[in-house]
Amino acid sequence: MSFPKVRVPYLLLLPGFAFLFTFFILPIINLAQTSTQTRVAGGDTGEYEQTLAFGNYIQAFVDNKEQFGRSFLYATLATVFALAIAYPLAYAIAFKSGKFKNILLVLVVAPFFTSFLLRTIAWKQILGEEGFVVPGLRSLHIIGEQTTLTSTSIAVVAGMTYNFLPFMTLPLYASLERIDPRTIEAAGDLYANGITAFRRVTVPLSLPGVVAGTLLTFIPAAGDYVNAAILGSPNTKMIGNVIESRYFKIVDYPTAAALSFTLMAAILVLVTLYIRKAGTEELV
Amino acid sequence: MSQKIKDASIPTIPVKARFSRWFGRNLLRIYMIFGFTYLFIPVAYTFVFSFNDSGKSNLIWKGFTLSNWQNPCGAPEVCKALGNSIKIGLLATIFSTILGTMIAFAIGRYKFKGRSSSNLLIFLPMATPEIVLGASLLSLFLVFKINPGFWPTVIAHVVFCISFVVVTVKARIASLDPRLEQAAMDLYANELETFRRVTLPLVAPGIAGAALLAFSLSFDDFIITNFNSGTLITFPKFVYVSAARGIPAQANVIGSAMFFLALAIVIAAQLVKRKRTR
Amino acid sequence: MAKDSISARGDLRLTRITKSYGDFTAVDDLTLTIPKGSFFALLGPSGCGKTTTLRMVAGLEEPTGGSIHLGDTDITTTRPYQRPINTVFQNYALFPHLTIFENIAFGLRRRGIKDVKEQVEKVLNLVELPHLAERKPMQLSGGQQQRIALARAIVNRPALLLLDEPLGALDLKLRRQMQIELKWIQREVGLTFVHVTHDQEEAMTMADTIAVMNEGKIEQMGSPADLYDDPETAFVANFLGQSNLIKGKIDANDGDNLVVDLYGQKISMSKKRSHAVDNSLYAGIRPEKFRISRLGTPVRGNTLSGGRIEDVSYIGVSTQYVVAMPWGQELMVFEQNDDGVAPFNKGDEVNISWEPNFTFGLRGDEDVDAGTEVNPEELEE
Repeated sequence: MSFPKVRVPYLLLLPGFAFLFTFFILPIINLAQTSTQTRVAGGDTGEYEQTLAFGNYIQAFVDNKEQFGRSFLYATLATVFALAIAYPLAYAIAFKSGKFKNILLVLVVAPFFTSFLLRTIAWKQILGEEGFVVPGLRSLHIIGEQTTLTSTSIAVVAGMTYNFLPFMTLPLYASLERIDPRTIEAAGDLYANGITAFRRVTVPLSLPGVVAGTLLTFIPAAGDYVNAAILGSPNTKMIGNVIESRYFKIVDYPTAAALSFTLMAAILVLVTLYIRKAGTEELV
Repeated sequence: MSQKIKDASIPTIPVKARFSRWFGRNLLRIYMIFGFTYLFIPVAYTFVFSFNDSGKSNLIWKGFTLSNWQNPCGAPEVCKALGNSIKIGLLATIFSTILGTMIAFAIGRYKFKGRSSSNLLIFLPMATPEIVLGASLLSLFLVFKINPGFWPTVIAHVVFCISFVVVTVKARIASLDPRLEQAAMDLYANELETFRRVTLPLVAPGIAGAALLAFSLSFDDFIITNFNSGTLITFPKFVYVSAARGIPAQANVIGSAMFFLALAIVIAAQLVKRKRTR
Repeated sequence: MAKDSISARGDLRLTRITKSYGDFTAVDDLTLTIPKGSFFALLGPSGCGKTTTLRMVAGLEEPTGGSIHLGDTDITTTRPYQRPINTVFQNYALFPHLTIFENIAFGLRRRGIKDVKEQVEKVLNLVELPHLAERKPMQLSGGQQQRIALARAIVNRPALLLLDEPLGALDLKLRRQMQIELKWIQREVGLTFVHVTHDQEEAMTMADTIAVMNEGKIEQMGSPADLYDDPETAFVANFLGQSNLIKGKIDANDGDNLVVDLYGQKISMSKKRSHAVDNSLYAGIRPEKFRISRLGTPVRGNTLSGGRIEDVSYIGVSTQYVVAMPWGQELMVFEQNDDGVAPFNKGDEVNISWEPNFTFGLRGDEDVDAGTEVNPEELEE
């Protein structure tokens, strides 16, 4: 080629990284700047000036610590449930499905294509007052006359679990499928029964998939507000709902920015600690 | 031969062992059926209610009709929103696939200074919650007095699609046997010809997969879109906004049609792949 | 009783073992005894059922019919972890997430054995890799991985050690070296080794007893020398080394010997080595047993005249000749380059001779090409 070979990778990176710099890094920097602004005295709604008001962070956190806690609690629960549901599913597809493997994989992804909002609303209607589940359970006296399934934190967590299930299943499947079945046979040959072989060989070897799957579930779940908005009640508000309303309803950009930045920083710290602990550097 | 041992071991162990193995196998099968049922309940619900003769609010079953399918634009906003989503999806797919594939080749095929920090830059957008991505971009647009709308939405979608494209294409490049390229050069193909005749065709399925993934991510996105689209209505946004007062059954028609269309594309791709390998 | 199977010791006996997958029968009514303490090889081309047999012994497959006993204990349906049997897997199947030390300690820990460290160190010394204990399998060379896989199995002191093509992934030189080491280790630890391979040279180098398998059945079993010198079927004659098989007719019965007519020329052979069932037979002679002589030179033993040198290849230790015979067959002859005799040239007219005792006889209705079309190197998985 006419240009020196050393430059090739940089030339390939240039357009994409220029784009990411402009529309990802710059906005994050700008977000940090916005987060320390305060309202212009006597100005219009939405007019702010830089005053390095780091107090915004403390104020934002104190006002919303409940929602922060809820976000991380719900996201953790949804991640744990999704892992519990997805692991056997991915295991079955990887090891027990024979020639149906590809079809089953397609079926895991397929629900994706019906808009996730439509599916979440479908759950709301199925589990709602007009749906068939609640009246059925009531007539069987499994739940009381006053009990509802929607507008509860259980419904929000269940919705998130459902929506992020494919994100958990696919990486799990990918890492389980890579395991050489002979290593599992070797464990059996070396006096490990089925459960021990699973615990000592299958699980450790699928760890990269567990890490990837939990990250792909936890990160979007922690910032989610759609499930809480559709399936929850005012008592299940997550930090995403707060940020959304600060932007659109209250037009309080600095607080929204401070909240966003805190959320992002918290997630990054957690993710870094988690990857360290799991010992899987290959993701980054 | 000790008859005693033989008699004691044969009738008890095999039955027990066979049963536990049978149970082990089928427990997972049964589990799989439950898992897939759970995944598909809302899809089936959406499909069934696309035939509901419901009028405006599609909450309660009122009778079977084909009219929603015969006239999917019966609720005009639905079709307009769908059109916007497809336009945004296609543009976001094209841009993110081109940019992402270039990055994937750089990272996957070359050793260079700054490779690990490049990987980090690709990982970061995936580790950032959508709401932060959307909110930060909106702040930037506001600073530069750009009104949210069509193009800001496209840009926002490209931002989060790029990383997924890079990861998908990079995986494909990593699975390539480097000897194939060496063989091509050995057979008198220069770098450019090698890339065009050998590398690109072999990576093409990965690129196609990445494009499909980018489109579906873009098409289904709500959070980032909601921040950057202003008054523009996309399909997910339409569904969200009209959820409170009931979604027209035409939305169910579109959702179900997208499901079957995507399923058909994936199955067709599988068939083509199988035909080629045969 | 399953708990007892782990302490079973003694000969391994397979009785009428069959394994079918749908219509395909991988192992067909196989009966076999492997004596305690022996180095036993199952030899055959890929797809002959040898690996399936091994996997049934290991407990990784369950037979469709028949039984497997270790000593007096029936282990036909016990789980792999309930058998005192360990396997050196093809491609080793080392656990990639564990260190070498933990790989080797795996079986000991499962059985709750106390002095794990001591035993692992001892076996690492045996395979001469004590310095690699803290590495991960991926950081080892193929030969090192092979030794670790062996160490991981023998550290358990199993009643039976199964080796599934253990040297298949190594290059030729390393393979030869490992063959000698394996043999030495087997003597050192005194375990029963069952070795599955498609490489006849490997089987002959290491095993006391070889069973040649073909299409799910055992063709012939015996010591390497027995199989080589007195093959009973064309498959064995061709699969183990090379053979010249010449069609003939039994002419006369002369005490312990037979007189055989090969295209009009009479030769003699030992009756004990004939496996013919009627008058027709194939006379088999190994290429290195032939001697070539110029016309007019006196010769001993059986002689076939009218040969013409078709091709000469000098390969150092020997020279290989292709000799065309009057009836159109080409015979393969290996001559040692040790007698200072000037080599023959293409086109030379020659006689071929050999000791009558070196002749073996196969049934006249055999397929002379059986076992030749399979090139084991090509079929390597």
